[in-house]
Amino acid sequence: MQLDSEYLANFPDKRGHFGQYGGRYVSETLMSSLLELEQEYDRLKNDRRFREEFDKDLADYVGRPSPLYFAERLTRQIGGARIFLKREDLNHTGAHKVNNTIGQALLAKYLKKPRIIAETGAGQHGVASATVAARLGLECVVFMGEEDVRRQALNVYRMKLLGAEVRPVTSGTRTLKDAMNEALRDWVTNVDNTFYIIGTVAGPHPYPMLVRDFQAIIGRETRIQCMEKVGRLPDALVACVGGGSNAIGMFYPFIPDSAVRLIGVEAGGHGLATGQHAAPLSAGRPGVLHGNRTYLMEDENGQIQGTHSISAGLDYPGVGPEHAWLKDIGRAEYVAATDEEALDAFHRLTRVEGIMPALETSHAIAHAIKMAKDMDRDQVIVVNLSGRGDKDIHTVANLQNMKL
Amino acid sequence: MNRIQSTFERLKEQGRKALIPYITAGDPKPAVTPELMKTLRDAGADIIELGVPFSDPMADGPVIQLACERALEHNTSLKDVLAAVRAFREDDQQTPVVLMGYLNPMEAMGMQAFAERAVEVGVDGVLTVDLPPEEAEDVVPLYREHQLDSIFLIAPTTTEERIGAAAQYGSGYIYYVSLKGVTGAATLDVDDVQKHLAGIRNKTDMPLCVGFGIKDAGSAAAVSRIADGVIVGSALVQLVADHGGNNDQLHSSVHSFIKGIREAMDNA
Repeated sequence: MQLDSEYLANFPDKRGHFGQYGGRYVSETLMSSLLELEQEYDRLKNDRRFREEFDKDLADYVGRPSPLYFAERLTRQIGGARIFLKREDLNHTGAHKVNNTIGQALLAKYLKKPRIIAETGAGQHGVASATVAARLGLECVVFMGEEDVRRQALNVYRMKLLGAEVRPVTSGTRTLKDAMNEALRDWVTNVDNTFYIIGTVAGPHPYPMLVRDFQAIIGRETRIQCMEKVGRLPDALVACVGGGSNAIGMFYPFIPDSAVRLIGVEAGGHGLATGQHAAPLSAGRPGVLHGNRTYLMEDENGQIQGTHSISAGLDYPGVGPEHAWLKDIGRAEYVAATDEEALDAFHRLTRVEGIMPALETSHAIAHAIKMAKDMDRDQVIVVNLSGRGDKDIHTVANLQNMKL
Repeated sequence: MNRIQSTFERLKEQGRKALIPYITAGDPKPAVTPELMKTLRDAGADIIELGVPFSDPMADGPVIQLACERALEHNTSLKDVLAAVRAFREDDQQTPVVLMGYLNPMEAMGMQAFAERAVEVGVDGVLTVDLPPEEAEDVVPLYREHQLDSIFLIAPTTTEERIGAAAQYGSGYIYYVSLKGVTGAATLDVDDVQKHLAGIRNKTDMPLCVGFGIKDAGSAAAVSRIADGVIVGSALVQLVADHGGNNDQLHSSVHSFIKGIREAMDNA
């Protein structure tokens, strides 16, 4: 198939399908809201006032464009391809998540919904949602698995400071997938006054599309910055993939550029062979969860399996449907990095470049380090440095048996 | 004529409405399910909706979520659900059984294999919660080929156009969701339901059954005056949760609960 500008204009199709993936597999009670959202988004995405407001917020509130930084010392240490970092960690609230919450909160404002809800794993999307809610004066409820509430205490407190209510979710595995179930249940019940801000490129159509569109600013800037700094497009883009919003934001504008390798790094947990990981693209199979068809981690009876990752933000059994499609057609490659590799990369980037990445992001760093070794010195890798690691210092300290 | 159709025909002749209880298969444990189905029938159920447990029942409230978790503690799979229907059919060839669940466990079995096995054990219809008509283009003809009814949901928010789609693709009966929310949520508003049913009635001759928010004999009787069938789910599943540890109590409490509803409906 031709992955040219036609792809960019036509995927997903009218009913939200990326090939066999995506779609709108939800209970009837949600259909009208999804159709309304799709219709309003189609109208607003070409509305000049909406676009200007979005661009202005990204510039003045988020602080975009985020820099493209040449990690010179890391590159020299490895002795292979030049590694550049797209500094999404420098965004307001410390991760790429805010690009999307700004966009969706604007949609909520235009749709006149006074209340927003969000699900969160690591808490970055929750914090980004609580932040925009505070700024727009919206009521905000964030659903978070009880297990993640414990792992990410710092972000829970941040959300509370911002005026959001954090509701611990005690069903199922008490992580991100269950938080999403609970948010969907809330939305069904309060659909008249509530906008559901989904944090990743998963869920029912139109979410994978609109979250991608809001995040695609990452790739568009990277393109321009890479031309300025290197004089050509990069050889490879590397990004971590949980649901996959930072990766798709980075990849999407490069899909027609077949010379640019797109590499998504999933959470390998204790190793793919152990079954204790969160890598559906690497080791799962297609199924239906949370409103879309995509690769899932499931057992032989179709029950969704518990996942494991050192990083709460990647601890999800599904993945965005566009990634599933890009994998099947061979346009993007998906690999996994283990907890241990991610942790090593976390320390290495911190010590060598003075940049402390989120544990999610550390998976991408780990793989970039691995592949840079075998590449030529004139080749270029851009890693999406999707978030900063302050939120993870308790996890890291615990692993080193230190009490803060 | 299939079992669902003949049940509604018979009820119509008798001037009665369908009582459709829902239980989650495998709750409290798989061996109990066929027995519980018989108890439901003996107490006056016309059709039985049997829930297929799923790890992520996103349209269900806490009561049915917990039922799924209890069933999954015993690893109740779709195969076990079908085995329960087979066991029930050894005793009962009349009462229609509708499987209600989420798409993924069915797909994991393979849709073709699922349809074949379902018919073979005596399932009459399938309601897949997360499969709206738009995504059901392949599944509906497959079910039709196997003479399985496709039951679709219609909600208060469903547009006229989409009611038409459910009427076109669906068969057996329409499941009208009486309120916004998950299963086991608030109490329904009978006048509001009546108004919506009238709109749906313009689009289809299928029996219209109402679920969500029916908690007791009183609400069941009120709905039976305006609908062709009454679906009772969470209130019943809560009884199973309360008495699951004691088999005698479980059957006697379920029996008297359903019998009470039956009598209230017949006297409504």
